[in-house]
Amino acid sequence: MTTAIDRSGTPLVEMRNISISFGGVHAVDDVSVDLYPGEVVGLLGHNGAGKSTLIKCLSGAYHPDAGEIYVNGEKVTIRNPRDARDHNIETIYQTLALADNLDAASNLFLGRELTTATGLVDDARMEAETRKILGRLNPNFRKFNAPVSALSGGQRQSVAISRAVYFNARILIMDEPTAALGVEETRMVAELIDELKKQGIGIFLIDHDIHQVKALCDRASVMKNGKLVGTVEVDKVSEDDILGMIILGKQPQQAA
Amino acid sequence: MTDIHAPAGPKKKSAFAALEIDTRLLGMIGAFVVVCLVFNLLTEGRFLTPRNVFNLTIQTVSVALMATGMVFVIVTRHIDLSVGSVLATCSAIMAMMQTAVAPGWLGLELGHPMVAPLAIVVGIAAGVIIGGFHGWLVGYLTIPAFIVTLGGLLVWRNVAWHLTSGQTIGPLDETFQLFGGINGTLGETWSWVFGIICLIAAWLGLLQARRARIRHEFPVKPVWAELTIGGIVAAAILGFVAVLNAYEVPTRRLERMFEARGETMPEGYTEAYGLPISVLLLIIVAIVMTIVAQRTRLGRYIFATGGNPDAAELAGINTRMLTVKVFAIMGILCAIAAVVAASRQTFHSNDIGTLDELRVIAAAVIGGTALAGGVGTIYGAILGALIMQSLQSGMAMVGVDAPYQNIVVGIVLVVAVLVDIIYRRRTGD
Repeated sequence: MTTAIDRSGTPLVEMRNISISFGGVHAVDDVSVDLYPGEVVGLLGHNGAGKSTLIKCLSGAYHPDAGEIYVNGEKVTIRNPRDARDHNIETIYQTLALADNLDAASNLFLGRELTTATGLVDDARMEAETRKILGRLNPNFRKFNAPVSALSGGQRQSVAISRAVYFNARILIMDEPTAALGVEETRMVAELIDELKKQGIGIFLIDHDIHQVKALCDRASVMKNGKLVGTVEVDKVSEDDILGMIILGKQPQQAA
Repeated sequence: MTDIHAPAGPKKKSAFAALEIDTRLLGMIGAFVVVCLVFNLLTEGRFLTPRNVFNLTIQTVSVALMATGMVFVIVTRHIDLSVGSVLATCSAIMAMMQTAVAPGWLGLELGHPMVAPLAIVVGIAAGVIIGGFHGWLVGYLTIPAFIVTLGGLLVWRNVAWHLTSGQTIGPLDETFQLFGGINGTLGETWSWVFGIICLIAAWLGLLQARRARIRHEFPVKPVWAELTIGGIVAAAILGFVAVLNAYEVPTRRLERMFEARGETMPEGYTEAYGLPISVLLLIIVAIVMTIVAQRTRLGRYIFATGGNPDAAELAGINTRMLTVKVFAIMGILCAIAAVVAASRQTFHSNDIGTLDELRVIAAAVIGGTALAGGVGTIYGAILGALIMQSLQSGMAMVGVDAPYQNIVVGIVLVVAVLVDIIYRRRTGD
């Protein structure tokens, strides 16, 4: 990931001074992060550091107590997941957020069903579109008529990813996308991230694996106890520097 | 207790597999057939007479109507214990509309053509409001549905009592009584017409589904399999109509009808009852509810929410409003069931719909609706209602005392769910 990212223009997303607390606990405390087109920004930190909470403010699952969100330089209000989708923000949740009792097509189009002229859902067309997109992402995918509970971890992941890709995300949030995957499938996700980058999509990647972050990300923002420790360009720091940020909350000796 | 058998043996051969028939559906139909045959044997052929089949269908309608709505409620991981009481309140409102409000305030006497439609509209409106209110308490105020509807069970039963001052209200309007069963049937000709329309619609549906799959180049069933299914559907629909048409109006009743018109009955004149309007109503509701479940966004969201409420929320579905809608639909169906139940007994009584909540929940559950949510079918719930009613009527015909009937029905409910659990474990569903 050595291609230089042009950060002179308007960022795709800017989250400024975001704060949110639950029952007196500051889950996210005055955090600012940004993301440019074609860039992958890793979000790092321990469990409970506030990464997922921060990102849920962007995906519409939570509403921040304070702070502002800008998409393409314009201030936006994201009240629910639908608002986020309207700004082409798609999220792949760690839990995948799939309805296990429905098939792949129903999950892919959940909340955005294709309909016929009479307003009924067009299952045949949705299945055809699902076959197309999954054929691209995971050519081995066959079980189009089975509920997703019958699929393997990798196949379920494919469905969750296809949902983000199909609807032309400009901003993609991936919450530990490879946590449940095998080696081969992890490689597929890495390739996909590369391909999406080339299309100018910006990606927030939440991950625990420092190797992975070094390999996939352009920058990394590290959080600890709800606060932002700092944001670094991963090529300019060592893995130990990043670990120091995560564990000790210590800024690395970074060359500007 | 051999009445409910495990679903028929799965995947016997590839020819059977090619038909792609739902094995659960097959199991339920199998159980139903076994129940019918056993009782037919025990009653020396009295169970499967046109007359008894006719009675069985009209007795099932009220519970079956509500069971279709209960499927949605249970699929979204809720429960509705108040349906019998809501039915009573809707029935009381409709009875008072006919006997007090219409003649007293609007000057419409019983028998005026506007009385029945007016009463039904007001009754259904009451059902929507009560159901929607339950849904609001559950969805927006997050009170568990079990508690809301347990309260509703007590409240609405006694609101009904209050509305009628505890009296039995009757007789009800004659047009209204057409929905009761025996007092409103299509007759032989129209029953055949309706059957043939249903048949054509079913065939067109099969054809259209096949065309859509071919257009998108999906795998399709072999032609012989489609034809076999088409044939089974035809036999089922036409056979049902034929049986109902074989139930003839008793000669004495016909004579009275002719006398009432000032005519004399011609020698050898016969007339068949045919399809009851209440059953027609159930068929229409079943079709509409199936379309809602399978082909509309609302249905898709109901099942998605039942399968994973968080995922549904994250997909932008307003699950709170969805809860209101689901309970409002339940309310509408309670009101429609109230029309059928009240007109079947030709009057409103205080105990109307008592214990129906248990029959309705049992019908949905026997029909394969999972209490864990996310799984259930409309046709399953109707079959479940039919199986329960067959057991009850059959035992009554054999001469089993009512308390023993309830013991059997209770055991059957538990065993049916056990069979379902074992089936799911085996198939890995």
